[in-house]
Amino acid sequence: MILMDNATVRQHLPAAFPQIQTNEFRGTLRIMVPREQLLEVARFLRDTPELRYIFLENLCGVDYLGREPRFEVVYHLLSFEYQHRVCLKVGVPENDPTVPSLTAMWPTANWQEREAYDMFGIVFSGHPSLQRILMPEDWEGHPQRKDVPLGYEEVAFTFNQDQIYAQKHFAKE
Amino acid sequence: MGIEQKAADMGVVTTNLEMAVNWGRTNAMWPLLFGLACCAIEMMSAQASNYDLSRFGMELNRPSPRQSDLMIVAGRVSRKMAPVVRHLYDQMTDPKWVIAMGDCASCGGVYNNYAIVQGVDEIVPVDVYVAGCPPRPEALIDGIMMLHEKVKREKVIGTEEQDKPIWVMRANLIQVSMPDEKS
Repeated sequence: MILMDNATVRQHLPAAFPQIQTNEFRGTLRIMVPREQLLEVARFLRDTPELRYIFLENLCGVDYLGREPRFEVVYHLLSFEYQHRVCLKVGVPENDPTVPSLTAMWPTANWQEREAYDMFGIVFSGHPSLQRILMPEDWEGHPQRKDVPLGYEEVAFTFNQDQIYAQKHFAKE
Repeated sequence: MGIEQKAADMGVVTTNLEMAVNWGRTNAMWPLLFGLACCAIEMMSAQASNYDLSRFGMELNRPSPRQSDLMIVAGRVSRKMAPVVRHLYDQMTDPKWVIAMGDCASCGGVYNNYAIVQGVDEIVPVDVYVAGCPPRPEALIDGIMMLHEKVKREKVIGTEEQDKPIWVMRANLIQVSMPDEKS
């Protein structure tokens, strides 16, 4: 029994937010939200009695290097009551990577926003403690950005190991 | 017949202090468990009954640095874990040795990236490197026996050789044949 499909969301959403665009990808409804309206849209999806997306399944950052806006934050919401998923996408420009935090609405956003901050440098305004979660605190940069080099050190072979080991730092007693 | 044999017949054993000390050190080496990844599984089976690390006096593998003198770093060390590894190494009492077990602990292995320390020798001085991904329990035991050989050559005043690491890279390790279940 299908309790709700994408058309139901598409009926309700334009009434409250007429400018917001939606599209479908492999059966999942994607809602392109400007970041100024993110809190309102999320609150609408959570509190409307016909939708009730009460669970934030996951949240992640994406780096589309060379595209404008460069970053994107993707949220997946689940409605237990109507057994339906929806995806929110928020574009984030590189020069001002700020997105309102959803921690007040869904506590599960707390650590995942910290991870997106750690890996991509996206700042979630209003987050209770936006610190690094995976990398050490003195780490510089954001490692999952596409412009960070992939390898960490040159691979040592027999023909070049002497030069590499001459520069490498080894621990002493 | 030398004087040593004569003395032994009378129940007296003569030796020098270094040999006695090194014999004591090799036959009661207490390992500090440092299982960080898949190599830890091989380390556990090296301790279990099939391979039986207790033969070398390594009865007690426990994560308590104050009572250990051998650290087996088994697995990749992430950069966030690196201060912890060094801290535990500093807590161990002298004399102490380190075995880097597996490719990741030796040189970073396949993880040539931002998250993993490229060889545990960046943070602690390593005595024996055991190659393999993960190394079989025989390779680990071979590395431990190599370390024993090294400790037996140690002098009380210290030698240059003492600071040089050993690489264990034996492709054709003898495999222990297990009895077939059907037969």
